[in-house]
Amino acid sequence: MKYAGLLVMPAGFFLSIAALILFPGLAERGVFVLCGLAVEGLGLTVAVRGHMPPRGERQP
Amino acid sequence: MNPIVPGIPVESAALSEAMQALTLALLLVAPLAIAGVALINTGLGRSRSAAQALLGNLAILAVAVVVFALAGGSLAGGLSGAGHSFHVAGKSWNWAGSSPLLLGGIGSAPVQAQLGLLFEFLAVALAALIPWGSGADRWRLVAGCAAAAVTSALVFPFIAHWVWNGGWLAQLGASFGLGSGFIDPGGAASVHVAGGLSALAVIWIAGPRKGKFARDGFSTAMPGHNAVYVLFGCLLALVGWLAWNMAGAILWFHAPLGTLPVTAMNTLLAAAAALLATFAVTRFRFGKPDASLCANGWLAGLVASSACAAVVSPGESIVVGLVAGIATPLLVELLELALSIDDPSGAVTVHAAAGLWGLLAAGLFAPGRGQLLAQMVGIAALLGLVLPITYLLFALLNRLVPFRVDSDGERMGMDLHELGGGAYPEFVIHRDESYR
Repeated sequence: MKYAGLLVMPAGFFLSIAALILFPGLAERGVFVLCGLAVEGLGLTVAVRGHMPPRGERQP
Repeated sequence: MNPIVPGIPVESAALSEAMQALTLALLLVAPLAIAGVALINTGLGRSRSAAQALLGNLAILAVAVVVFALAGGSLAGGLSGAGHSFHVAGKSWNWAGSSPLLLGGIGSAPVQAQLGLLFEFLAVALAALIPWGSGADRWRLVAGCAAAAVTSALVFPFIAHWVWNGGWLAQLGASFGLGSGFIDPGGAASVHVAGGLSALAVIWIAGPRKGKFARDGFSTAMPGHNAVYVLFGCLLALVGWLAWNMAGAILWFHAPLGTLPVTAMNTLLAAAAALLATFAVTRFRFGKPDASLCANGWLAGLVASSACAAVVSPGESIVVGLVAGIATPLLVELLELALSIDDPSGAVTVHAAAGLWGLLAAGLFAPGRGQLLAQMVGIAALLGLVLPITYLLFALLNRLVPFRVDSDGERMGMDLHELGGGAYPEFVIHRDESYR
């Protein structure tokens, strides 16, 4: 889980960069960059959850 | 009112001798920001690890600047201004600097380039220092130094080049018509967000302190051992930050003398507003203001101002500080209680989150069509590239130099285990109930 989340995050970055290249208008670019940030947020959420110590188990 | 219209190209004008002298003077004061962060890192840790914490701050600073001089400075590309580029869709993407290794040619470089390099030396030291506080009480000194070497050789130089030395983020304005390109004169991105995200990677790899998250999943409070260090560190940091933000505005925006007092006022206002907001939030939530959270709020205001103090008005600066100050205690609580992130110094909140907010605020308040989008692309680069790459590098490093001290060392305290003596040998250290 933790690695999957971290692997998703660069995908969000490349989505943002693709928006700059593919779209000429500011609005379309903005929407796609926001989508890229949302993908990064999703990856971060997965990574955070993957790193959370399981409840009910004693910590080292 | 906007004191500076951003968008002055870096190459457009040489600084006058008087401005160069002023920049040098400011850069000699700026290390007080590092001193402040070092004191805060130490004060927020435990008393049985205080000497190791403060020595670690010095050692990490030393490693960071030496490695940056040997290798990182070349990738940052501040001396030559040249860089490695590739071309996609008819645009040039300048992704790394290409200055000579070992600071070659520094003697013949223009004074302005040398001043820029000095700024980067201070910035890399602070960026490497930020994660140290988050790994307090369990991160080995050798591992901290190794991580600092990785940061200053492979992480910081790329961001510094992208933002300050004509890299692709700085060129977003020229290449894609996005305002003045990504703007960050005070190092919110390359120093604070990079440092804060490195801190998150360290926390994940090293794990929480022993006894922090008990069997039932609840968090055990482990307050810092010296609130005086922490609060005095905040005052020191203010002095350093004032100099830091003004020096950054001169070097990267070519800000004229007449705009610098406003930049300084904005820095002060952001910190003050953030402190008042955190004071009010903690007073409301806990019945009394919390000293360490107020210190975190103050620092978060300073961090947010790093990105935008040179491009916003005093009123906007207060808004920036208020948002940072309200968010800080709430986010600290969320990270610890809900997400089980054991961050003794609060670096993830104070440096990463507040830095991101400052960068976004610069886009919201600075003039220029597309400026907000340029800032968002920069934020996407920081989150999408810097965190995964830093985590990967640190995870590999952890195989070579284990980050976490052994169980015995953690029980004894880092001072006795790593240095053979405590910071306060004449004081009785109370038994820690969390070790039962």
